[in-house]
Amino acid sequence: MTLLLQYTIIFASVLMLVALGGCFSEHSGVINLGLEGIMVLGALGGALVMKFFPADGNGFVLFILTILVAIAFGVIYSSLLAVACINFKADQTIVGTALNMLGTAATTVAVKAMNTKINPDDVSSTVKYVEAKRKFLVNIGNFEFNWFMLVAVICLVASYIILYKTKFGLRLMACGEHPQAADSVGINVYKMRWAGVLISGLLGGLGGIVYITAGVSEWKFENGVAGFGFLALAVMIFGQWKPQRIAIAALIYGFFRALSNVYAGIGFLKALNLPGSLYNMLPYIICLIVLAFTSKQSQAPKAEGIPYDKGSR
Amino acid sequence: MKNLLKKDGAQSFIASIICIILGLLIGFIVLLFINPSGAAEAIITVIKNFLYYPSGAAKMKYLGSTLVKTAPLLMCSLSILFAYKVGLFNIGASGQYTAGTCVALYCALKLGWHWLPCLIIAVIAGAIMGTIVGILKSKFNVNEVISGIMLNWIMLYLCNMVLTSVKETTSPYTYNLAQTNAKAVLPTLGLDKIFSNNQYVGIAIPISIVFAILVYIVLEKTTLGYELKASGFNKHAAKYAGMNGKRNIVLTLAIAGALSALGAGLFFLTGFEQWQCTTSSVPAMGFNGIAAAFLGGLHPIGAIFSSFFIQHITNGGAYVDKTMYCAQISDLISAIIIYLCGFVLFLKMSMAKIASKKKGGEE
Repeated sequence: MTLLLQYTIIFASVLMLVALGGCFSEHSGVINLGLEGIMVLGALGGALVMKFFPADGNGFVLFILTILVAIAFGVIYSSLLAVACINFKADQTIVGTALNMLGTAATTVAVKAMNTKINPDDVSSTVKYVEAKRKFLVNIGNFEFNWFMLVAVICLVASYIILYKTKFGLRLMACGEHPQAADSVGINVYKMRWAGVLISGLLGGLGGIVYITAGVSEWKFENGVAGFGFLALAVMIFGQWKPQRIAIAALIYGFFRALSNVYAGIGFLKALNLPGSLYNMLPYIICLIVLAFTSKQSQAPKAEGIPYDKGSR
Repeated sequence: MKNLLKKDGAQSFIASIICIILGLLIGFIVLLFINPSGAAEAIITVIKNFLYYPSGAAKMKYLGSTLVKTAPLLMCSLSILFAYKVGLFNIGASGQYTAGTCVALYCALKLGWHWLPCLIIAVIAGAIMGTIVGILKSKFNVNEVISGIMLNWIMLYLCNMVLTSVKETTSPYTYNLAQTNAKAVLPTLGLDKIFSNNQYVGIAIPISIVFAILVYIVLEKTTLGYELKASGFNKHAAKYAGMNGKRNIVLTLAIAGALSALGAGLFFLTGFEQWQCTTSSVPAMGFNGIAAAFLGGLHPIGAIFSSFFIQHITNGGAYVDKTMYCAQISDLISAIIIYLCGFVLFLKMSMAKIASKKKGGEE
């Protein structure tokens, strides 16, 4: 049971971080379907730091450095979305999808190239970070506390304050609701949307590194992040674009995702003798059902997905 | 505005060529970064694909293999472009493709059916998948992209689960189709003879081309196609004109789902590949279909050529020198092409806007 709790919290942390990222982007008026790709890039950045950081180095420095590089990768990558969707008014769906495919393909190529360069016989797409990961964990009894869990909580509180209690956040939301009105009072809609997308890159990249370090084994970059970016978007919709509700939604989804990892260790679930694939499907099925019931009275930002054109009204 | 675009086929063609050249160029730069010594050779290998073989017979044989995989890709890209014309982004094509695979192989291997009913039931399975997305979209207001992705993963696990019952005991792959149930293998119509006896080349290729033409006719020459496109172009106007928008959404996605699933049937019933029951990522076919659809200028006939090109470089990627590079370099190039396609649509739209000198904005 402790294991279930532990996985629930770590997966909820991932979903919450990425969903908050999506939340910032959508409140500014840009649908960020590329979160999946952004996560992969952030994961790559973080994993590289963990691999090359000296084994006897300071754990705290490693932790901060991993976070910073993951964030940097995510932010830089998300600017590809921003430039296409904000400045060139490209279709946000296509560009987001392209970023997802590009993220997986580019990281696979990069990781494989790096592995073969170090050892010509190594054609795997994994980065060795398991040793370094131990430095992020603190054992409290049976519960493995991961510092990323704390980071996720900090990000949640910060997101709430930024969105609702600062001038910046309120202006950002205005750009997603009615950009023309925002523009008329002197807010630069393009800049605000750029900020929204870059923040989503920041949180998405961070979510990516948390995701790949959540499991026991090393992650294969060929697999991308297995639809987690989209699950996060579903969490965001279920959370009605509000940070506090996103946190609750993330915990629910995190629980179902965690079940697929640990069901074999829970007596009565094992006794049911259901195939493992069923537990793998569970988070996605729950997601569909929940979306069906919550999307009807959706409180999505009104102008999301519509490129802002200064000339139109 | 749309008419102008359509008349100007040359404009679409040039835009696609620019995308391809830029995509290959960026791919080349990536190769240079990885290892400058073999980059030129590698990119040429990717572009050459089957031409890499010295003898004429081998060239034909591997051209055949490329075509075998082009058929399902073309079906997926048709599925995506059909939905896109109606304003829907069918990212669930992969899941529909997986559904088709699952049903076709199960009926062929477990139930021992003939190939035709296998194909038909695959199509039905795909249509059901599409309908689910359509109903979620029209009745429950669920974004089709998110429900599509969720169904992709659900189908992947479901397919692994179902096909495990027809799995070889010693490997993760399903039974060999020709050995288990020879009557489920698609007929070759003698096409295999042309391609140096490549027994996988057959009816699938002409069928997929026929469907490309059918999609063209439905979209351009029928009332149904007109209605669907009108709903996609401006759903409020279409509703005002008495068209049933909700029905159109469901119908479109059902057709799109059927197209992708047919692609899966046309591919797996050749016996060219077996399904791996431990597959851990959604089939790339549906995503490459997005690349092919946009590269083909969202035109069914254009999709034939763009599908061939995407499959051509994807296969070509398998021949690059593995001591330096990996096969995914082709995926990278395809992904870059899709990203660039985002810009092309904008360019073409703004060009058309200037040309038609329309007043006012668009909602």
